[in-house]
Amino acid sequence: MTTVYVPRETAAVSVGADEVALEIAREAKRRGETIRLVRNGSWGASWLEPLVEVETGGTRIAYGNVEPGEVDGLFNAGLLGGGEHARRLGPTAEISYLADQERWSFFRCGLIDPLSIDDFRARKGFLGLEKAFEMGPDAVVETVTASGLRGRGGAAFPAGVKWRTVAGVEADRKYIACNADEGDSGSFSDRLLIEGDPLCLIEGMLIAAYAVGADRGLIYLRSEYPLARSILHRAIETARQAGWLGSNIQDSGFDFDVEVHIGAGSYVCGEETAMLESLEGKAGVVRAKPPLPAISGLFGKPTVVNNVVTLASVPNILNLGAEAYAAFGVGRSAGTLAFQLAGNVKRGGLVEKAFGLSLRELIEDFGGGTASGRPLRAVQVGGPLGAYLPVKQLDTPLTYEAFAEIGAMIGHGGVVVFDDTVNMAQQARFAMEFCAIESCGKCTPCRIGSTRGVEVIDRLIAGENREENYDLLVELCDTMEAASLCAMGGMTPYPVRSVLKYFAEDFAPAGRAAS
Amino acid sequence: MSSNGGSRNSVATSAGASVGDVVARHAAKPERLVQILVELVERDGWISEDTIRSLAGALNLSRAEVHGVVSFYHDLRTSPPGRHIVRVCQAEACQAMGSQELTDHVADRLGLAMHRNNAEYSLEPVYCLGNCACAPAVMIDGKTYGRVDRKRFDALLDALRGAGS
Repeated sequence: MTTVYVPRETAAVSVGADEVALEIAREAKRRGETIRLVRNGSWGASWLEPLVEVETGGTRIAYGNVEPGEVDGLFNAGLLGGGEHARRLGPTAEISYLADQERWSFFRCGLIDPLSIDDFRARKGFLGLEKAFEMGPDAVVETVTASGLRGRGGAAFPAGVKWRTVAGVEADRKYIACNADEGDSGSFSDRLLIEGDPLCLIEGMLIAAYAVGADRGLIYLRSEYPLARSILHRAIETARQAGWLGSNIQDSGFDFDVEVHIGAGSYVCGEETAMLESLEGKAGVVRAKPPLPAISGLFGKPTVVNNVVTLASVPNILNLGAEAYAAFGVGRSAGTLAFQLAGNVKRGGLVEKAFGLSLRELIEDFGGGTASGRPLRAVQVGGPLGAYLPVKQLDTPLTYEAFAEIGAMIGHGGVVVFDDTVNMAQQARFAMEFCAIESCGKCTPCRIGSTRGVEVIDRLIAGENREENYDLLVELCDTMEAASLCAMGGMTPYPVRSVLKYFAEDFAPAGRAAS
Repeated sequence: MSSNGGSRNSVATSAGASVGDVVARHAAKPERLVQILVELVERDGWISEDTIRSLAGALNLSRAEVHGVVSFYHDLRTSPPGRHIVRVCQAEACQAMGSQELTDHVADRLGLAMHRNNAEYSLEPVYCLGNCACAPAVMIDGKTYGRVDRKRFDALLDALRGAGS
């Protein structure tokens, strides 16, 4: 029996994967062919979606950008035998976009049926947890620390240090809070992981819980991800039924269960303390630190707050060893990062690579340049709080340290490409406007500063009192950075300053802004 | 089930609907307030003053406390939406692919400004649907669509109208 794969993943479904899957099932039936139709996760080559694969002779043959309505023709061309067709790309494993990656956290993504425990087990699933049970909690914390894994949500705090802190606090209850409030524009790695390999996240949470002595897990998932939500719910139920969540997991004597909380459309709830407030049923207003969530987090209990990709990196670290992970990357930027190519780029999608490649390699070699074919002008890395970089910065290596040096940040790894039609003064204005819309309102620099920022930028664009308003904007950025409670107000100046530094001509009346 | 539900049969059911079953499902715990509100918006489309009053009573919170939570979150509408909710992504990745032009077109086709609604449609901004590699993105009644240009949006709108809704 031939197996046909059609992703059930937001990007693929958003461009017709459900319709294609339906047509394939219908067409096979009409022709009297028996097929096994698997709704896998996506490989992350979003530019090729819907990406249909046919397994023939043990090899998966890919057909890219299959549109509803083309299925009959594909069958005529011998789809089920991997036949020639304009859409045929050859073996999936040989697509260079995928073959050139270093997949650590996403190695099962696209490969398996995300809701099949058997598929998961057949591809090293739960081996990391089993290793953890063998080595004991202290050794798990040591291994994660030695791997050099840092928080992939954006703040890049060493995961092992956080775990050690939580493990060291005596408490009647501890929590693992997974941050899946992936609000940065240009970011979708959390969603791809949850939709493509949700059991990997559950395994990562189990390992974290075992390491620090927690018995409850919460996943804070944004409401904008309805498909991820339904897949995650089903994965948790599947894991429970198979004895991988609940009491006495696999006769280990260890108890742990997970519940999903749905966000209500607030960007700032991706900030860890705002997320904790929201998980407690309240408005997502940022808390002052200290106390650290690791000591007094959810409901005042010690809480590990980790991003989806951080947790999903852990099972392989346990399974393959800290050294294997640390062998990737550069210096303190150890391991791999799941970069996400987005915006005006020809080949957008997820690219998991060791830290250290340049932004240019990522955008040109993987991304193929702009989608419009026009010259690239700016790249925003790290979401709405990340700097806009000009072409001359494209050779910057993608490491936390190199980006910090140029006043930028890698954040959650989202890379948004703009061509030369972009008006950078408007992008600076948007950074302030977004902060005004999403500020939690607790601290003044963020709440008021962002609104004043929009006004000052409007005056600059209009050409009023240029020098005075320029100085005022710089001063406002300094105040917001120094005096805001969290990264929302504290980092909104990054994109604004980067526009002043690299694209100042867009504010000039004779320049692009006025043309 | 999605964040903004599918199409609803009536526009404003919130005022008359009971919050009791949803509250009971969360054991009347005040720390479940956000989840309760999320579920009510999915069911009713919005949170009415009556709902706020009922929730305050059921959870032993003040109305001000419930109102404070409702007003904080963008998803928690306090007026009834149109039968179909159209959300157009306004964030950077979609901007880079022409979301502003698309937004203007959508507004024109629906005859609505952003944040406005009529009985049939609501037009809302959304800041990232996580579909940034297939920008620009639009969500209609909880379903995400990618690579949306004017033509594709028109086809989606026609399908919505053709569905007899």
